[in-house]
Amino acid sequence: MDPSTPSPPSSPGPSSDSRKVSRWPDRIFFVVVTIVGLGILAMAFAIVGILANSSRESFRVFGWGFLYGTIWDPNKQIFGVIPFVVGTLLTSGIALLIALPLALGSAIFITTQAPRYLRGPVGTAIELLAAVPSVIYGFWGLFVIVPYMRTTVDPFLRTWFGFTGLFTGPAYGFGVLTASVVLAVMIVPTICAVSRDSLLAVPVAQQEAAVSLGATNWETTRTAMLPYARSGIVGGTILGLGRALGETMAVTMVIGNVDRIPTSLFSPGQTIASLIANELLSSTGPLQTSAILECGLVLLGISLGVNVAARLLVWRITKSAGAIVT
Amino acid sequence: MSGAKLRVEHLTAYYGDHPGVKDISLEFPDRMVTAIIGPSGCGKSTFIRCLNRMHETAPRTRVEGKVLLDGEDIYQEDPVRIRRRIGMVFQKPNPFVTMSIYNNVSVALRFNGHHPRDYVDAAVLRSLQQAALWEEVKDRIDSPATSLSGGQQQRLCIARALAASPEVLLMDEPCSALDPIATAKIEDLVGHLKDDYTVVIVTHNLQQAARVADYTAFFYLGGLVEYGPTEDLFERPKEHLTESYITGRFG
Repeated sequence: MDPSTPSPPSSPGPSSDSRKVSRWPDRIFFVVVTIVGLGILAMAFAIVGILANSSRESFRVFGWGFLYGTIWDPNKQIFGVIPFVVGTLLTSGIALLIALPLALGSAIFITTQAPRYLRGPVGTAIELLAAVPSVIYGFWGLFVIVPYMRTTVDPFLRTWFGFTGLFTGPAYGFGVLTASVVLAVMIVPTICAVSRDSLLAVPVAQQEAAVSLGATNWETTRTAMLPYARSGIVGGTILGLGRALGETMAVTMVIGNVDRIPTSLFSPGQTIASLIANELLSSTGPLQTSAILECGLVLLGISLGVNVAARLLVWRITKSAGAIVT
Repeated sequence: MSGAKLRVEHLTAYYGDHPGVKDISLEFPDRMVTAIIGPSGCGKSTFIRCLNRMHETAPRTRVEGKVLLDGEDIYQEDPVRIRRRIGMVFQKPNPFVTMSIYNNVSVALRFNGHHPRDYVDAAVLRSLQQAALWEEVKDRIDSPATSLSGGQQQRLCIARALAASPEVLLMDEPCSALDPIATAKIEDLVGHLKDDYTVVIVTHNLQQAARVADYTAFFYLGGLVEYGPTEDLFERPKEHLTESYITGRFG
């Protein structure tokens, strides 16, 4: 052997016996963590498995047609998921359109514009809003938003934006638009809190770079802060969207619960989550139960799809900038 | 001495109730390099940040006294306008990490209003050349700024500051995060910059001050101890404190 290359000691030196440590804690640690980790994975698979298994009857009768079926009629035992997919995506989409500017605006206000003594209290208040149980939002929607929409907002929209065709038909106050508004209020705190955290994480040096170039407050926010925080903002938005897609109680209380594709934003409708809450326990028979559970499977798929799309989006914007992932 | 570009009169800068620098009066001659030296914590960074009103952007800070740019007190003006006339380079290179090399420089022009594309292109080219970076980045102008080395990033920051066409350039220990070769490049660059700009450079490196500066000011415990032509200050210091510091007896 070449004497210049040191060979690893073939046997532990005599001193290593006295310093020998027990490997047991590590083994126990490994086993416990593995069981917990795999257990969660197994649970996820079990949920999908049970949903899929329970939807067998519905799938046997309607096949793939269920996924583009536009009619849900328990009297004729015909079931298709489309009215609820439309209801879910429409309410969540509109909620996001309303919530994102509000949430981002208040996050920017808290981090850059508010007087310092207000930043802490306002931030905490918004985090508390995120902790309000959804049934409370539903309650508030029912007693405040529904009448307000019926008497004030809906007539206004009909008068000024009726030409778009989005605001037609009778306006009871219960419907897609009302559900969207309640959802928006519910997800603003989520999006705002996450956006605020990622804006706070922007290094002072990045802001000073802009300020020292003679940037105004708005220019500093736009060039130094928002781009740096964008992956966090996208993350918060997806978190909010996820909450909107799956929200059950508040939506059930204000959407009107009609199993048809909404024809205008005033129409009552149904989301997948509100359908499950309304009809699972009052199902007319095994076929309807099975169809409802298949709708649940579709909702799971939508949520999963949204999350994957969000990951791809974040990955693409960070890759194109070659920048840090926050 | 040519005319003073920047004149400081009785400047005191506070952090809360604690004055970081006390009653400084000083002149920065036009198109010269002035170095500010002194041990850590002597207030040199605080002082330079008062010259373009960056000090007041930190919470609970306050400035008293006057800073006159061409005779006008910058504390009576819009800080945004002042910072466009007095550029700054920081201790650690801070390029915009989400932007390309090109955009890091062009963004300075966008803050100053809208310009036609070819004007911006020309300004970016000129700024990168002035910062002695153009040759190294001309083939990858659209790469992320973070793909550059530390020394290149600092020169990018200089180019970005120059693109705003300032009259004064403030440099707050611009080499403290850089290796000796990158440091030499920046020092070389500072020697050229004084043809067009009034340069104020804070450094804790005495040799650097001796190499690049025409005038040097020595700060100690938040006060100005001595100010004069660099050669005089290093070879014939008037104050005992200055002599002790430059001969390495403390600091």
